[in-house]
Amino acid sequence: MKKIFSLILATGFAVSALAQETVYPAKAYKGLLFIKNGIVHTGTGEVIEGATIQVRDGKIEKIAKDLPIPADDVKVFDVKGKHVYPGLILANSILGLSEISAVRATADFKELGEFNPSIRSIVAYNSDSKVINTLRSNGILLASVDPQGGLISGSSSVVQLDAWNWEDAVYKMDNAIHLNMPELMNRPNPYAEFLGLTTPPGDPLKRGLEQLGRIKAFFKEAKAYAAETNHSATNLRYEAVKGLFNKSQKLFVHCDIVREMLIAVDFAREFGMDVVLVGASESFQIAPLLKANNIAVILGQMHSLPTSADDDVDQPYKTPAVLQNAGVLFAINDDDGNTRSRNLAFNAGTAAAYGLTKEQALQAITLNAAKILGIADKAGSLEPGKDANIVISEGDILDMRSSVITLAFIQGRQLDLTDKHKQLNERYMLKYGLK
Amino acid sequence: MRKFPRLASGRKWQVLLALVLSATIVQAQPTFPVNGIADPKQTTYAFIHATVVVSPGTSLQNATLLVKEGKIIAAGTSVSIPRDAMLVDCKGKFIYPSFIDIYSDYGLPPIERATRGFNWGAPAQFNSNQKGAYGWNQAIRTTVDAVTSFSADDAKAKPLRDIGFGTVLSHVKDGIARGTGVLATLSDEKENKTILREQAAAFYSFSKGSSTQSYPGSLMGTIALLRQTFLDAKWYQNNAEKEGVNLSLQAFNKNRSLPQVFDANDKWADLRADNIGDEFGVQFIIKGGGNEYQRINDIKASKATYILTLNYPQAMDVEDPADARFVALSDMKHWELAPGNLAAFEKAGIPFCLSAADLKDSKQFLTNLRKALDYGLSETKALEALTKTPATTLGVYNQVGSLEAGKLANFLITSGPVFDDKTVILQNWVQGEQYLVNNDGWSPVAGQYELTLNNTNKYTLDVKSTSSAKLISKDTVDAKFSTDGKIVRINFPESKGSKKNIRLSGIDNDGIWQGTGDDIAGNKILWTGKLLKSAAPPPDTARKKPLGEIGKVTYPFNGFGFDSLPAAKNLLIKNATVWTSEAEGKLEGTDVLVKNGKIAAIGKNLAAADAVIIDGTGKHLSPGIIDEHSHIAAVSINEGAQSVTSEVRIADNLNPEDINIYRQLSGGVTTSHILHGSANTIGGQTQLIKLRWGANAEGLKFAGADPFIKFALGENVKRSSAQQNNRFPDTRMGVEEVLADAFTRARDYEKAIKAASVSTGKKGTVDPFNTVRRDLELDALVEILNKKRFITCHSYVQSEIIAALLVGDRFGFQFNTLTHILEGYKVADIIKAHGANASTFSDWWAYKMEVVDAIPYNAGIMYKMGINVAINSDDAEMARRLNQEAAKIVKYSGIPEEEALKMVTINPAKMLHVDNRVGSIKVGKDADLVLWCDNPLSIYAKSEKTIVDGIVYFDRERDRQLAATLRAERNRLVQKMMGEKKAGAPVAPARASMEIMQTCSEHYHKHGLLVVDAIDYDNNQSN
Repeated sequence: MKKIFSLILATGFAVSALAQETVYPAKAYKGLLFIKNGIVHTGTGEVIEGATIQVRDGKIEKIAKDLPIPADDVKVFDVKGKHVYPGLILANSILGLSEISAVRATADFKELGEFNPSIRSIVAYNSDSKVINTLRSNGILLASVDPQGGLISGSSSVVQLDAWNWEDAVYKMDNAIHLNMPELMNRPNPYAEFLGLTTPPGDPLKRGLEQLGRIKAFFKEAKAYAAETNHSATNLRYEAVKGLFNKSQKLFVHCDIVREMLIAVDFAREFGMDVVLVGASESFQIAPLLKANNIAVILGQMHSLPTSADDDVDQPYKTPAVLQNAGVLFAINDDDGNTRSRNLAFNAGTAAAYGLTKEQALQAITLNAAKILGIADKAGSLEPGKDANIVISEGDILDMRSSVITLAFIQGRQLDLTDKHKQLNERYMLKYGLK
Repeated sequence: MRKFPRLASGRKWQVLLALVLSATIVQAQPTFPVNGIADPKQTTYAFIHATVVVSPGTSLQNATLLVKEGKIIAAGTSVSIPRDAMLVDCKGKFIYPSFIDIYSDYGLPPIERATRGFNWGAPAQFNSNQKGAYGWNQAIRTTVDAVTSFSADDAKAKPLRDIGFGTVLSHVKDGIARGTGVLATLSDEKENKTILREQAAAFYSFSKGSSTQSYPGSLMGTIALLRQTFLDAKWYQNNAEKEGVNLSLQAFNKNRSLPQVFDANDKWADLRADNIGDEFGVQFIIKGGGNEYQRINDIKASKATYILTLNYPQAMDVEDPADARFVALSDMKHWELAPGNLAAFEKAGIPFCLSAADLKDSKQFLTNLRKALDYGLSETKALEALTKTPATTLGVYNQVGSLEAGKLANFLITSGPVFDDKTVILQNWVQGEQYLVNNDGWSPVAGQYELTLNNTNKYTLDVKSTSSAKLISKDTVDAKFSTDGKIVRINFPESKGSKKNIRLSGIDNDGIWQGTGDDIAGNKILWTGKLLKSAAPPPDTARKKPLGEIGKVTYPFNGFGFDSLPAAKNLLIKNATVWTSEAEGKLEGTDVLVKNGKIAAIGKNLAAADAVIIDGTGKHLSPGIIDEHSHIAAVSINEGAQSVTSEVRIADNLNPEDINIYRQLSGGVTTSHILHGSANTIGGQTQLIKLRWGANAEGLKFAGADPFIKFALGENVKRSSAQQNNRFPDTRMGVEEVLADAFTRARDYEKAIKAASVSTGKKGTVDPFNTVRRDLELDALVEILNKKRFITCHSYVQSEIIAALLVGDRFGFQFNTLTHILEGYKVADIIKAHGANASTFSDWWAYKMEVVDAIPYNAGIMYKMGINVAINSDDAEMARRLNQEAAKIVKYSGIPEEEALKMVTINPAKMLHVDNRVGSIKVGKDADLVLWCDNPLSIYAKSEKTIVDGIVYFDRERDRQLAATLRAERNRLVQKMMGEKKAGAPVAPARASMEIMQTCSEHYHKHGLLVVDAIDYDNNQSN
């Protein structure tokens, strides 16, 4: 018997009488599932109106117009007139590592020390964070959970946002090692005098280069170590970065200015590593060079101010189009601490207002992010063979006017889209008798 | 030329002798005992045949300056010379009054500063550390009289004398009120004789200097403290018995009779200082910052006399484009234009004095002054700024500043017109005492000399300088030559190529040389030399060096400024979708006519002959966006040193050149409410501004708007993130009590004022502040009680919201606006009943403990409960997208789009009490409009034009042109700086132009590589 779920029933509101503690991770759905009549944005640039997506055992099997739906015991979602998207991917975050940023006890993202490649973010990931459900409500289904701090912060993992615990959440384990590029610019502190700070002696550039020298030395040693399997003394730090040299892991380099990015490019060449720039606010200046060197970029946040008072007022908004036109593989991210990343789609929307097509902007928060994170084999687009990570929106997901998520699936599991915010809304709507 | 012996020759050994004798040139003090034989002198000098520049513009040729006992007896062309006068022939020389620096710290001990290893969490220091009967604030140093610590210091005097100064006004450059300065000469005589005036001026500044006290912690607080001190000092005159002895106030009053000098140090700060002066009937003499040319009309309007220095910015090393990338155009422009500052003053007719302060090396003074002349300053004005103007400014022109009879014999002897490139200052006479500056220049040594060895061998020696000469005989060979004016040493090879040298040593006796030497064989030689012909003096390089291409001053002074301030034009926007934010709602295909900055008509097919037509087809026109909670365009935001600082005013420290004004115009913002931060319970007075890009601080203000004040509750005001908090309150319990206490005090204060306002019949009433101490802090609170000032209160959680509203009820005032108010939805019924407005964020949460229950449905619930709701930014970045933030309320709470737009237009206008002026498109209202390319709530909406008062302040097409011009101008200046480096000028490493961002310090939001979040003193709440 066909189970047709009306959209109203499927919205979060309907089930939000529950406390968030009883928003259960969904059970795996075996068998066939159909999402029909949607405006399907595949994430590959294609839009198919009125298409049906056929999902079997959590994987997308077919996408086509007029797919026959068997009369068996299958789930069918009629999403006529709605927009269907791949689940959005947050490419760089501290999700689950930080709950309340001002409360130190809730911060688990920054470890002590300069060289911590063996630190793993995944072991601190709190799958019960109240933030997670609010992201799902805006279409974000996968996130990279990244450590911060020191020069080498450790490894990140990709998680899916419907899990009982971190083991359950892992989508790709230890996919990248994170490096914080030393600052290579003469950046005076206008408060130095007021604060009675003495600037460390010497050229800040030299200081940065000295730190860089130590980073390079580390990778040289680690590479040599990786060439030999039998060690009398096991070095956890070297062990942790082995994957960089056989490209089973990527090196995510957090940096912004051109000089720092050039050095990151050089790392890729010297050590034969897959390098991804994170932040990269100045990447618009060297886009063709990044393309020529096959360097991917995760942009920090569209919604930020221009770097210099002399920059175009809308420079950050335009940077994605510059990268797109040069053919650079890039993802758009939202690492803002106040909104807790739930505005990811609108960051992409801004990029679409300033030069990207809407489908390109969508790709920057789906397929591109998946490619950069190394999960494109199973996520990032609506294509046969991939996990059924699917989001359905009332309208254009990139525009807050119409971006209302009514349904979401991770690996074919239908999510309960309730979150703490909806529940509090419900509670006080009830108090005041509002509708 | 050397007829006159001794001093005239200016030779060193004679000078040494003169200096030995000089201790008695000025009469010794009668009260001092003499050890030895008394040596009374009444020395008279006559400087003859000189060009005497008696005063700027008055120059006498072939004149005599007669000096006796340290004073000028006469200066003129027919001066009779007394028989006992020592004559100094100054043929070819110039004599000028020596310079006066009235912004010096010469002769004063260095200022001791407590090492401030600053710790944000450290306890506050509430009271002054100074022991004794002084006032409460350590930065009010009115009792400091520089004269008490002044001592002559020849090592420091010499460099000043060498650049022409003879008199300085020295003060201790420390504190907000700095006490008095002492006027003294740069003589090395006993101070008793060199001090001209013990207290010559009183000094003030905006810097608290060595004070370790917490208050003031901001520029606003500094200004408030000055204001209160003026009031307290006046009150103290009649109420000393109430206060007890307060030496600081006593001295403040005493110092008021002196010339008042304010160290402001920046064009906007100059105007702030002048405004304070205007309030209290003081015309400050203002020490400027060198960037006044950027706002010269405003500077002129201050009617102040300025003290200016010559520390131009150094060229930066911008060869590496990666470094140059972060140097802002405004910094490069200032580098290019700063030497024109003095010329701008002269052109505008603003009086100014020059000071040698601020220079790293005093030797730059004359070099930099010459550069100012290249930029158009006249020599007369330059001399005036160094002599007559400072003297008249201090009221000591009867003593110094010109060479008229009766004045001090403080003068310079120079080799030519004093500001010419090749001119050297030869001697600087202070109080009739000679100090040598450039001994060699007196009689130029260069020329052709005849050498005669052993009365037979003749050579010609071509002397180029005191250390270089060529010997001309059969061959011309380089001679090793040196003379110090007395001893002459010559050493030359016998012939070209020869390695054997003839060595001569002799004495110069007024141009006649004689001495001994060794020939190449070691035989003794006797030799003589005499001058045949002096070298022609080097030609002076042309004064007016062509400046080449030079940049323009723009308003504001950065890449996006206007060449001249824009004026309103009549505009007709045709056929747009007009979002009125009025009952009419959204009008399709509608025209809006703007006349004289106001909305004149709304309708179809409007016409206006004189209006600029703007095609709105396919576009949307909305009211300008109003941001109820912003922190842009201000120098400081938080005065957090005390829990109640209602005396401080954002209005006192606006920064009209904040680039974020322009950036926000690009996002459609036209009006912003600039709030004090949230560091304390009762914060400061706010300022409503319009984003009139290019205007000055006054021009930004929204004239006639009701005054507001910022309050704050919760985590920030109880300093939750401080490690050690000693500032009351530490809990929400205490926060409520701070409010209750403040308003109780305000009520009592108001009662006291009323009681003291006794009627005196026809004459009106007695000024209550003759007896009641006027308290600016309580004044603002009394205004609240009387509904003349309104509160916008930073608040989050339900408990504190209810508590605050009840305090309002208890004291009979309303909380006008609750800002942030992220738990407003929990108490929406109570807020509604109280009648408060709500100004909130769309979706921020979880950045601190008190926002764990913040939800994006907050605005929607409050709206549905009938509360007037606005969406604000509290953030320079988000303010650019407020329309889209409002759109999120559509997304989360499903409210109509027009209602969402109202949350950033008419609703904030209502809560700011300016809805009769702005916030909707209605005939008669200010023409504050935004033309969008798309539905204004859409993520795809971009402002194409942002209009304030009918002036298009942001135009996306013009913005593109500006960006192109900016790049070209940057390139020109980079090339010019590189040229400077190639030409050998010293360059500084390229420094990124950092931007200070004022924030509530509430939350985390990226602002880019070059932004440093402002850290006002107590504002340690950021996370």
